[in-house]
Amino acid sequence: MNILYLLLIKEIPKVFLDLSQFLKLISVMNIKEVPQDNAGFLKEGKVRDVCYAVDDEGNYTRVLSVGWDPKNEAIRQAWEQVGQKAEKIRQKVLSGKLSPLAFHMVKGLMSKSLLAQYTGYSRWKIRKHMKPSVFNTLSDEQLGKYAEALNIPVEILKKI
Amino acid sequence: MNIDFTHKMAAHCENGTTANLLNFHGIKLSEPLVFGIGAGCFFSYTPFIRVNNLPVISFRHWPGVIFRRTTSGLGVQVETMKFSSPAKSMDELDKLIEKGIPVGLLVGVFNLPYFPPEYRFHFNAHNLVVIGKQNDLYYISDPVMENIETLNGKELQRVRFAKGTYPPKGRMYWIRETPQTVDIEKAISVGIKKNCSYMLRIPVPLFGVKGIRYIAGRLKNWDSRFGDYNAALRLGQFIRMLEEIGTGGAGFRFIYAAFLQEAATILNKPELKVLSSEMTGIGDRWRNFAAMAAKNLRNRGVPATPYPHLSHLLLQIADQEEKLFRNLDGIFK
Repeated sequence: MNILYLLLIKEIPKVFLDLSQFLKLISVMNIKEVPQDNAGFLKEGKVRDVCYAVDDEGNYTRVLSVGWDPKNEAIRQAWEQVGQKAEKIRQKVLSGKLSPLAFHMVKGLMSKSLLAQYTGYSRWKIRKHMKPSVFNTLSDEQLGKYAEALNIPVEILKKI
Repeated sequence: MNIDFTHKMAAHCENGTTANLLNFHGIKLSEPLVFGIGAGCFFSYTPFIRVNNLPVISFRHWPGVIFRRTTSGLGVQVETMKFSSPAKSMDELDKLIEKGIPVGLLVGVFNLPYFPPEYRFHFNAHNLVVIGKQNDLYYISDPVMENIETLNGKELQRVRFAKGTYPPKGRMYWIRETPQTVDIEKAISVGIKKNCSYMLRIPVPLFGVKGIRYIAGRLKNWDSRFGDYNAALRLGQFIRMLEEIGTGGAGFRFIYAAFLQEAATILNKPELKVLSSEMTGIGDRWRNFAAMAAKNLRNRGVPATPYPHLSHLLLQIADQEEKLFRNLDGIFK
């Protein structure tokens, strides 16, 4: 990435820029080269994205990129949110308020409606199965449906 | 049965499968050409459709559209199928592979084992081509991957019948017949005309240039409406749609610029080259937007770039895109 651009990013003061300054900053920002910011994503650089970029003669070429900071940041944020949500649910499961199903649902990035589509249970029924007292009475067949939907073995579904 | 199929990587999965399938049937087109003929450059903001509980902001059309438009533009005959029964869908796939026809599939990415774990969300608009089968192992040409991958029958069935927003329902497509000669020039100009019309003339304010203006107006108040953290989540989704989902950079704008450049040579219209470099400028603007917006994602979303500024930047982009597509429309009147 352009060094000038990196410097500019660091220069941004804590106080908000006013609009004219912001636009001035934008107009000198220049991301000509294909960014190669590896954040350990994409299987440690084993998978690369094709990017299209202009070469010195002004012709478009294909370049492989291992990542770009803003994009990595957005992916990181999305996973961080999942992690936070899962941790909250995990605490509730440990204190006996929810069944392990709730935890595995969040871990599998699912919602009740998505789980309902996969298992064929109604959302109302799934909500009931989130209660530990009801969850403990479920048969292996019923648990199997959830395990199949979440792509995990039944034994893992039973605990956290 | 293994089909002799040339696997070529592409920025975007649907362009990639379409280009690779056409290439197999003897029509050699680059990825940007496929994208341009399929009139793929777009913008849509659909708050009523949600992925990961956040409204969908998209720089492309519905899955399947690029394949359909590109092939019909070239006069290539295709067949598509969707299923309610998973077992039947696998049987039909096996029959086609047995006949030596490579088949494109629409799948969900969440359960694709070879996909990088960081990319696995419940996103059901990924395309790949099945190019062979040995016992229970399917050989997969996935344009996002550098090499040929394999999936067993159960894994393939699972991704073909993913659920959620826009379920693929085992959709598959393949090329039945190609014409003797292909009129690429006509296909390109039709593609460009269509693209201009989608960007400029859809009478709903959520699509095309109007869509960019609309989201600019909404984004201005995101932090006061949803709170810093949730506003940042929305911005994160915006950036992911712009950069991550196989866009080749800046929400397909760079691919479209590459297409205009190729079209300039094929149609012998130098004015398209000028528009191509303007498009590159717009792509850079989108990248600036992503870079500035990404600063708001840290610190639990405490904005480092004020939302009204980002909104202003979007309005500028909308103006530039409108000007470009009006000029482009004028050339092909």
